[in-house]
Amino acid sequence: MDKLKTLLVKKPLELDCGKIIKDFPIAYETYGKLNEKKDNAILVFHALTGDQFVTGINPITKKDGWWSFAVGPGKAIDTNKFFIICANVIGGCMGSYGPSYKDSNTNKVLGINFPIITINDMVNAQYNLLEFFKIEKLFSVVGGSMGGMQVLQFASNFPDRVKTVIPIACTSSHSAQNIAFNELGRQAITADNNWNNGDYYTKNINPNKGLAVARMAAHITYLSKKGLQEKFGRKLQERDNLKFGFDADFQIESYLRYQGSVFVDRFDANSYLYITRAMDYFDLTKQFDGNLSKAFLNTKAKFFVISFTSDWLYPTQENKEIVIALNSIGADVGFVEINSDKGHDSFLLDVPDFLNALKNFLEKSNN
Amino acid sequence: MKQEFNIIANNIEKGTRVLDVGCGDGVLIEYLKKEKNIDVRGLEISKDKVQKCISKGLTVIEGNAEIDLKQFPNNSFDYVVLSQTLQAFINPELVIKELLRVGKRAIVTIPNFGFWKIRLHLLIKGTMPVTKTLPDEWYNTPNLHMCTIKDFVKFSNKINFKIFKSIAMNEKKTSLINNKNLFTKNLFSELGIFLIEK
Repeated sequence: MDKLKTLLVKKPLELDCGKIIKDFPIAYETYGKLNEKKDNAILVFHALTGDQFVTGINPITKKDGWWSFAVGPGKAIDTNKFFIICANVIGGCMGSYGPSYKDSNTNKVLGINFPIITINDMVNAQYNLLEFFKIEKLFSVVGGSMGGMQVLQFASNFPDRVKTVIPIACTSSHSAQNIAFNELGRQAITADNNWNNGDYYTKNINPNKGLAVARMAAHITYLSKKGLQEKFGRKLQERDNLKFGFDADFQIESYLRYQGSVFVDRFDANSYLYITRAMDYFDLTKQFDGNLSKAFLNTKAKFFVISFTSDWLYPTQENKEIVIALNSIGADVGFVEINSDKGHDSFLLDVPDFLNALKNFLEKSNN
Repeated sequence: MKQEFNIIANNIEKGTRVLDVGCGDGVLIEYLKKEKNIDVRGLEISKDKVQKCISKGLTVIEGNAEIDLKQFPNNSFDYVVLSQTLQAFINPELVIKELLRVGKRAIVTIPNFGFWKIRLHLLIKGTMPVTKTLPDEWYNTPNLHMCTIKDFVKFSNKINFKIFKSIAMNEKKTSLINNKNLFTKNLFSELGIFLIEK
């Protein structure tokens, strides 16, 4: 992990759970150049299983960064114009302070001794990067899914530190359905004997089966029925006939198994537990006494909310609630729902209408 | 920019807050923003047109006026503009009420079905009128509730809102409408532009 840029945060941070953390690492990556006025920085927040390697080749996984379609030279978030910062969230497993972090005092991996964290904690931790880069005001905060939740929380916590705010395919309050899916994933992990109450790092036997099942279940929620049907239908996997067994007869089964198996190579099961918990606890409306508008009372930022037609995990209606809350206080907010069959995953994929809207919004706000 | 928008713009004071309902490509918004330093928001139902507005850097919300005006608080705009779309709503009465709830004032324009060419078309040809301002056939028109200038004036009395200025437009010529000339304006104008308030 020596390829990771890391900021050691010395300042104590009080977490929502009441614990105070200090001297903790935030792993981050940057793309493009920070200009002299330091007014071209965009803080990108990653989703549940993302990391700081937004674009280019991820040095750890050797695969394309998770937002390669959107971020890069000449792309929607243009690295020729903007300075992009992305940090691994606390609770994550790509170098930031998380359950797989080894405490140098005890020389032990934290495991489930890691404190329960929230979206608010993640955002407050990443705020240290602004001070590190001496950025007074970000040009934008942008992110999809859990990244979008962080965007909303950031805009609420630091209204004076950002010019434009782009929450994508997200919600201001995690729904029962989303909590249910996350719980399914957590149960799959903790039901795996190898999980061993979170203490598996020393034995080097990971709860891979549980984590793979969690990923498979979650992956289904990122796609749409129509998208799945068009891509896989009932096509068989490298066979002409059904085998009358429980092998992966269908391509969709094989695809999901593959998604599960590659995921466990790059993700820590305990991180999955902690981060999904943070998402479930996210309820910005409740943080402000049931009135979401209050979360943004002091904002002068320009908001642009984006949702996708086939996203049933963070449906348009939930994104619209953010728009409604902003409108009711006269905030500057634009909104578009993008046509796409690709489900919640649309924000990560090559969806031209989405990428154009993002590019146009950023460029026209850059005057 | 079309003459209709010039007239609308001329009736909006500098530095006000405006909502353009059914803002289309955002031509009016762009003009008001640039020329009059007006804080304008748009509401538009077509995704393509919303995208065009975004590419111009305009603040637009995708939505349907009959549902999505609800989200704006009372009197949150100085003017709400509704250009040639009242007739396309399922419930125009409700929309007018919403416009006047959200805005202190509203500017509503209507294609005048009382225009002589339209009357003549129906009288002579006996088919549903198709004109420059109303280019669709009866089977594909989005217009559900066509009305005339006179109808709109009657409508204002019926549902109790005040028309404080009405302008008739024919080609590029404009003139004020009053009680005395209502008959002729209704006959010779293609478009009616009404400034209304509660």
